[in-house]
Amino acid sequence: MLKRLVFAVATVFVATTLNFFLFRVLPGDAIRNLARVPHASPQLQAELRKQFGLDKSPWEQYLLYLRQLLHGNLGISFADQKPVIDNVMQALVNTLPMVLVGTVLAIVIGIATGVIAAWWRGSWKGSVGTSTAIFFYAVPTQWLALVLLIAFAGVLPSHGMSDPYLLDDSWTAHTLDVGRHMLLPSLTLALTLYGEYALITRSAMLETLGEDYVLTARAKGLRPRVIVRRHALRNAMLPVTTLIALSLGYLVAGAILIETVFSWPGIGFAAYQAVIQRDYPMLQGTFLVLTVSVIFFNLLADLLYAWLDPRISE
Amino acid sequence: MSTPTSGGASWLARVLWRSTSGRMGVILLGIFVVLAVFSPILRPYGLDERVGGVYDPPSLAHPLGLDDGGIDMLSLLMEGGRMSLTVGFAAALVAMVIGGGIGIAAGYFGGWVDTVLMRITDYFLVIPSLPLAIVIAAVWGPSLSHLIVVIALLLWTSTARLIRAEVRSVRERVYVARARALGAGHGRIILRHVLPQIGPLLVANTVLSVASAIFDESALAFLGLGDPTAITWGKIIELAFLRTAVTAGAWWAVVPAGLCVAMVIVACFWIGQAVEDALNPRLAVAHLSPRTFAVRTITGRVSPSDKGAS
Repeated sequence: MLKRLVFAVATVFVATTLNFFLFRVLPGDAIRNLARVPHASPQLQAELRKQFGLDKSPWEQYLLYLRQLLHGNLGISFADQKPVIDNVMQALVNTLPMVLVGTVLAIVIGIATGVIAAWWRGSWKGSVGTSTAIFFYAVPTQWLALVLLIAFAGVLPSHGMSDPYLLDDSWTAHTLDVGRHMLLPSLTLALTLYGEYALITRSAMLETLGEDYVLTARAKGLRPRVIVRRHALRNAMLPVTTLIALSLGYLVAGAILIETVFSWPGIGFAAYQAVIQRDYPMLQGTFLVLTVSVIFFNLLADLLYAWLDPRISE
Repeated sequence: MSTPTSGGASWLARVLWRSTSGRMGVILLGIFVVLAVFSPILRPYGLDERVGGVYDPPSLAHPLGLDDGGIDMLSLLMEGGRMSLTVGFAAALVAMVIGGGIGIAAGYFGGWVDTVLMRITDYFLVIPSLPLAIVIAAVWGPSLSHLIVVIALLLWTSTARLIRAEVRSVRERVYVARARALGAGHGRIILRHVLPQIGPLLVANTVLSVASAIFDESALAFLGLGDPTAITWGKIIELAFLRTAVTAGAWWAVVPAGLCVAMVIVACFWIGQAVEDALNPRLAVAHLSPRTFAVRTITGRVSPSDKGAS
């Protein structure tokens, strides 16, 4: 357990280091890329170089960066001159409810489809379940978002998180409004995610059905439905649970495409805008948050698995 | 050398052709590859030839309609396929060389080589790939070759892990020990005895990498990080998004490109699964029909010993 914790901390350290060097040491330093912006005079370049601390040695810069990071200072956004940490936190708060709704939906649809596909294995019903899951797993996220946007044009709001012209400013009206805006992004997320969950559930189910205790249950004369629900499904949930926990980290990153299509003001949209506006401090900040969240959920998945299946921990 | 239990090009071809999913995958991917290779001859119109109005709907002359510049969508789609598949295959090959090389080195030599290489792999595995790609592509500047390298950097880790595990088991087999006892060097053992054994797995994994690479390319292109001059499927989706195909209701500018990506990915998925199934006979035994609990004969599953696959 301690080993995993140490690995997680070490990975965060590696990620922050990578975050530093990617932006400063790669060919074509940040300033030169920035200078592609029209009207970047030599003075401006020198100014920016100083602001970035790029006139110091790489080692000094690195130590400075680490110290600032420990104080929660991620720098100042180029785009709106606000602290990156504040922007990132606000974006994270916006992302979480949308991602949460989408994930819950994906888990429910995914597990249900997986169980149905395993139950009807070999019949056309099973094939339909599996094929649909594979299709949604294979489809590009941003494409699905655009298709849903075309399909629901005029019916559901297409961008943003709330209606700026909403007259009724009561709490319920606002929540309902946000909920309506959330519908399409969450649905896209759920559809792109559920395919993988369904496929994993199906193969986990089929694997458990080959186990000896299922044979025993069968010998006891239990009905197949009971066996599947009480004996197979419970054990099949073991790998499914950890894989879901594992995918949660990548989910935040996956939200980049969805948030971009729907202009949802979350962490993914922030990353996209940082790319478009060449807002390097912001891009660095979002990358750090996304990486740390993946590492965190990886650790969580490990711990969860060890807790659910005591056989694992030596 | 007699026919190996699982390995070699002929075994791979047999596995792919005998299983239904493998055959469908090969045919589907084959169609796309042929269309891509011959697209400069086959495409009906030029890539900057204005043949009608803005977002003209599909017609007999233009089955997939026109884009925002009045250019034939079908022609653009074929060119997009050519570039997307090029990026996909190139990135997958680079990833195969890096991941395969690291996996073989770690698995074959073991010891500290293994520890160091796998620790590096673990770190890369944990860092979220899309944000990393965005950061690298943004800092590096967009171009096709950069894109290929960036995508390959994301893909090699899973290959390395998989190949390492396989090499570790191959290394312990009797004929490898015999070759070593006869004085064969590391290079010879790896090339003549280890590589043919892990070949099919490496190929299957690379096919899956092609799918991931095309997927990643479409995502990066969508975020404006693709090559600005190259038309790929990802680029077509991006342009449709930026040039308001959605508000124009021009579904024909969006839908076909995404379906092409999905079809190529499904084809790769089928091929990968066919090889995986053949390499992992345990799954074949465990597969029972839950409704009847009868052991079913799995159609299309090939084991090297059976001759008459159904």
